[in-house]
Amino acid sequence: MHTALISETASTTSNTSQNVLKMAGLLLISIGLLGILVAAVGADYISPVFTGLGGTLVLTVGALVYIWQSRWHKSPAEQNHGRWHQEATSRGPSAWVIGFVLTGFYVLLYWFPDTLQGLIQATEPLSQWLRGRPSDQWFLYGTFYTLAILVMGVYALLKYRNSRYHIIRTISVMFFQLGFAFLLPGLLLMLNKPEYYFSYFWPLKYDYLFPGTIDYLVRDGAALGVFMVFWGAVFSFLATPVLTYFYGKRWYCSWVCGCGGLAETAGDPYRHLSDKSRKAWQWEVAILYPILGFVILTTLFLWVNSWSEGRLLGDLSGGFASTYGFFIGAMFSGVIGVGFYPLMGNRVWCRFGCPMAAYLGLLQKHFSRFRISTNGGQCISCGNCSTYCEMGIDVRWYAQQGEPIIRASCVGCGICAHVCPRGVLKLENGPREDRYAGSPLIRRDELRILS
Amino acid sequence: MEKINSQEHLVIIGNGIAGVTLTQRVRQRSKCRITMVSAESPLHFSRTALMYVYMGHMRFQDIVPYADWYWQEQQIELVQDYVERVETRDKKLVLRDGAPLHYDKLVLATGSSATYYDWPGQTLKGVQGLVSLQDLELMEANTAGIQHAVIVGGGLIGVEMAEMLRSRGIAVTMLIRDKLYWHNVLPQQEARLVTDHIRQHGIELLLQEELQEILADDTGKVRGIRTRSGHELPCQFVGITTGVKPNVDFLKGSGIDLDRGILVNEFFETNQPHVYALSDCAQFRNPAPGQPMLEQLWYTGRLHAEALASTLLGDRQPYVRGPWFNSAKFFDIEYQTYGTVPAQFTEQQESLYWQNEAANKAIRFLYEKDTARLLGINLLGVRYRHDLCHHWLQQGYTLHEAMQELPAVNFDPELFQHYEEELLRQYYTRFPDQPPPGRHSNWWELRKRFGLFSDSTSC
Repeated sequence: MHTALISETASTTSNTSQNVLKMAGLLLISIGLLGILVAAVGADYISPVFTGLGGTLVLTVGALVYIWQSRWHKSPAEQNHGRWHQEATSRGPSAWVIGFVLTGFYVLLYWFPDTLQGLIQATEPLSQWLRGRPSDQWFLYGTFYTLAILVMGVYALLKYRNSRYHIIRTISVMFFQLGFAFLLPGLLLMLNKPEYYFSYFWPLKYDYLFPGTIDYLVRDGAALGVFMVFWGAVFSFLATPVLTYFYGKRWYCSWVCGCGGLAETAGDPYRHLSDKSRKAWQWEVAILYPILGFVILTTLFLWVNSWSEGRLLGDLSGGFASTYGFFIGAMFSGVIGVGFYPLMGNRVWCRFGCPMAAYLGLLQKHFSRFRISTNGGQCISCGNCSTYCEMGIDVRWYAQQGEPIIRASCVGCGICAHVCPRGVLKLENGPREDRYAGSPLIRRDELRILS
Repeated sequence: MEKINSQEHLVIIGNGIAGVTLTQRVRQRSKCRITMVSAESPLHFSRTALMYVYMGHMRFQDIVPYADWYWQEQQIELVQDYVERVETRDKKLVLRDGAPLHYDKLVLATGSSATYYDWPGQTLKGVQGLVSLQDLELMEANTAGIQHAVIVGGGLIGVEMAEMLRSRGIAVTMLIRDKLYWHNVLPQQEARLVTDHIRQHGIELLLQEELQEILADDTGKVRGIRTRSGHELPCQFVGITTGVKPNVDFLKGSGIDLDRGILVNEFFETNQPHVYALSDCAQFRNPAPGQPMLEQLWYTGRLHAEALASTLLGDRQPYVRGPWFNSAKFFDIEYQTYGTVPAQFTEQQESLYWQNEAANKAIRFLYEKDTARLLGINLLGVRYRHDLCHHWLQQGYTLHEAMQELPAVNFDPELFQHYEEELLRQYYTRFPDQPPPGRHSNWWELRKRFGLFSDSTSC
């Protein structure tokens, strides 16, 4: 009894200091948000650089303090405690507010960027320092986006700290976002070179193989521009199939891609919200592959148009391109893709919309060594794997029958294997021979889930 | 004829893993009418996952492995009702609410519930076990706003309950009869490791201590307990996790032979024709030497059902358990076991044991001293391939043969540190004359060489 009393007192003291630090973190977050608000609306009264950049800095520090305090003291197995009890992560009122605010922000960003003038001015010194040119709404967006991945990357690192796979993977997405999608494109502009994202490829970055873009890169970038065109084409048509053959789709979707980067970090608290029903899978297939088809068609039309100097198709191809840009590039990937995180999970875009994911998925399903193996007869059908699959795959369906999971949509994040309480799942690359064969230790059900 | 024909009606009481596996396997090869009756829940759910609902990792609908459409497509009828009694002479079930149900073949898969040992105060409000969905609902109500809980019994359900309660910030004390947690199953070193780990998670363990009585307050609720050694602990909740007993009370007077469970032979046949029983509620009349009379695990439930399904489909096969396996999780530490690793070794047994410095990972290979035959493997915080371990034990590998294939057995995620090197160092110190592991001992080659996969793919 004595020892119990002592340990209880000790834990109370440490709880108090934890709570004080958490409160301090929340206070800093609030001050930061206020600063950003003042920068957005009060630019006439006080320098938006001071309130906006300063606010962002304070917000970052506060968020890191809070994340550290709330994650470090939780053991690895406790990290999902209360996920479905807390309203913010179970489509409660605050989830809707965050969803609406994010969606609204994207609407302003895409169609009313003038309303964000104060915030754009706030990032002016950063833009000048990095890119040597004035800030604009895309630079503002890139800054926030990168910060979100970095700060929430720390969250993911702490949450999954007992897994080397997740530590390395999280550092990878943080690195590619910061280096390849933020610093490098800025630096290129500083050097008066064309802005280019070496970590995005056609068909995700659909215009990288449009004749107009290639024309611009070669004209403005000279030798470097030629390299950029070469890089993009090699990655789209050579490196992507080869890497996917060896490692599956994950080499890109959960290690490199910026959309994936945001989903795996800032989106991680919402991963369980993805719909696992068969209906959702039917929607997925019905939307995703037509979009890939649309990108391919658009690209082909533009090339035909360019070769025929507009004689053959007139303005049709341009119409195709701008339609795609509006509905898919802006509406889907931004507004719905990120805005709906707290409501539909963190991979809405990747799952239902991304043409790159569709392309990688076809390769993964039919031309890859990757699979998720299940361990003999060890599955207890608990459902943690399916629940925490951000792509809405019913992982348990396969695991409880001792079958490997080979699905076009799997981005290989590895969280199913992490949350499994019996160690049943393992992401691995192996020979394609007998790739679909399951464990001999379970007799299987022959009903197909996908039909 | 035991084989079920397509005009017959198969009724299963209980929709746990045993009942569900049985219906699935029978449906695969028979068009007979199938009805599953359960009072607990309309749909099958994963019993082992109840804890995750309490802790907020999942909702109840997330622990339901097969949605409504599955049962409709499979043409398996689900009835939620309580079976009051079985009338074997008329082949009829009397239900509490619905009309009587006729069967041609009846399978009893009624499961089990918490065992109580006639402690004074065991019926007080706030005292309960954790087996059924109703137990979970009761636990939600019983633990709302409480500060201190006591758990009686140091087994797997006990530590699950402790983890659940800790997730709500409730202080937990566990009464454990042995010198260490789960020491009736785990050898000293593993039991020590797990015991320390549970303590690090803020659980107070009272070892070599048992429950004497449960104390009531004025309203008939728990206010504390007294232990065998006379300590009084205040608490508002008492979890009873001292094992489970078969649910067979409703069968008294049905003419079906009962002891602790429903008595069955190795074909799961009861003394009554066309009546079978399996899993938690069944008791083997003549268990194989060294095997228990009652097998009350998720995995054995599934294995029983696969064996009985064969018999019902005309391929009469006795139940043979095969190499044993089990798994569990103690807070952060996963546990797997393959083959037999008893708590106490005999003179004839010896083992290789490795444990890391942080004391959260351990590997044990138990073998026979004279013949070096591999007996079993215990793993804490390390995952091994079930298919390969099963193969080793099934084929009667010696330790030396197993060590040859050791590089293939690890199932930890990619990029994880591997510890087999350290185990091998120990091994070669003890057996310096043995050759190094085979060069072609990678999993894919072994899988192919031994055919460790099944072609019956469904996808």
